[in-house]
Amino acid sequence: MSQTNSATRDRSLVRGAAEAVALIRPGATLMVGGFGLVGAPLTVIEALCESPDARDLTVISNNLGEPGRGLGRLLLEGRVRKAIGSYFTSNPDVVRAHAEGRLEIDLLPQGTLAESIRAGGAGIGGFYTKTGLGTLLGEGCEERVIRGERYLFRESLHADVALVRARVADELGNLVYSKTARNFNPDMATAADLVIAEVDEIVPVGALDPEAIVTPHLFVDHLVLSTTARGAGK
Amino acid sequence: MSDVQNRIAARVVPHIPPGAVVNLGIGIPTLVADHLPDADAVFLQTENGLLGVGPTPAPEDVDPDLVHAGKQPVTARPGASYFASSASFGMIRGGHVGIAVLGALQIDAQGRIANWALPGKPVLGVGGAMDLLVGAKRVIVATTHTAKDGSAKIVAECTFPLTALRPVDVVVTEAATFTVENGELVLVDLADGVTLDWVREHTAAPFRTALRNPARHEESIDHA
Repeated sequence: MSQTNSATRDRSLVRGAAEAVALIRPGATLMVGGFGLVGAPLTVIEALCESPDARDLTVISNNLGEPGRGLGRLLLEGRVRKAIGSYFTSNPDVVRAHAEGRLEIDLLPQGTLAESIRAGGAGIGGFYTKTGLGTLLGEGCEERVIRGERYLFRESLHADVALVRARVADELGNLVYSKTARNFNPDMATAADLVIAEVDEIVPVGALDPEAIVTPHLFVDHLVLSTTARGAGK
Repeated sequence: MSDVQNRIAARVVPHIPPGAVVNLGIGIPTLVADHLPDADAVFLQTENGLLGVGPTPAPEDVDPDLVHAGKQPVTARPGASYFASSASFGMIRGGHVGIAVLGALQIDAQGRIANWALPGKPVLGVGGAMDLLVGAKRVIVATTHTAKDGSAKIVAECTFPLTALRPVDVVVTEAATFTVENGELVLVDLADGVTLDWVREHTAAPFRTALRNPARHEESIDHA
């Protein structure tokens, strides 16, 4: 499903937000970058809320936004069936949707979430971690003793589509991030069949310092210019 | 934040040596940064992807892309670096973060803590607590000695879900400091004006007493 992005380019990667999200089908599994609203692709999420096919979604993201904002709006629109992440209590709408049986939640320790995504993007089926051992979140996990210590097995994660946010892209799709808005974005950009990157700016090929590129272009399928203010902290 | 919370944060400071890489949890642990005598001498790591957290910016200097794990605006010190979440937790689980300062709901007699979930409530948030507890070289708990209802937080066995099987290294409250040695709590310090009897009354777990500065405490007990 991923487009060959290293071949000769006959077409720009740049899409309108609505055009990009039209590729998302009902029942899709999405990875969405961001730590709360910081580094979340808010323009693409807004377009998702307007796209009728974006429903019955499984969303892999650290949080589900804030009330009515970012993924919090997608939830209120009734588009999210299941959420996989590490911290949902900061959005009371999520707690309510879960209590009312409208939202399934799979809670992972934040480091396990990040590593599951990294591993999924790197072709790794799963990994062993000590995190969660002997806790409610480790129940049911396979165990193994490595160098005398107990570890839990965790499967990696993969998505149909990743929605990520970067500061700047070049026309090939190389990405550079901004400060702590980087967070889950580079990992998610590796772990989906189709990757849509929302950016503030698109520059010509050659304008980015190769040493500064965090996500090489072969991971990125489409670029969307951001039209929303960056998501601030609380 | 209250006076008590700031007193607890200040009592954590002597446990942080110069040059340490430190991750501060949300709540009282975050306040520790304000009490460090030389903040340049400590490297603060935040799990959302920054090593070298600096002070809170003035309102006009807030950058929406620059926050700590509590999602509050911060700055980056000279020498800071940014990294992805997977790398950040690689640092944490991999033992590269020297000290984690965490809050706690309960601490058991072996020094294990519960700090992420309440019994009988849906479990919807954990964040980085489990990874920090498993991976940091040393873990310091910064907490009020008792819960809001006055009940003991230091208990024989946690009734709240445990965060990890790994015991913490130090427990700092406004009244006392315990270390965890060979699976038992050891009372090593009393705050000024606090008596051993007060700690005994407000601690529901067995502990050994080995005060590091008994003379000072005898004096404070006399004045209590």
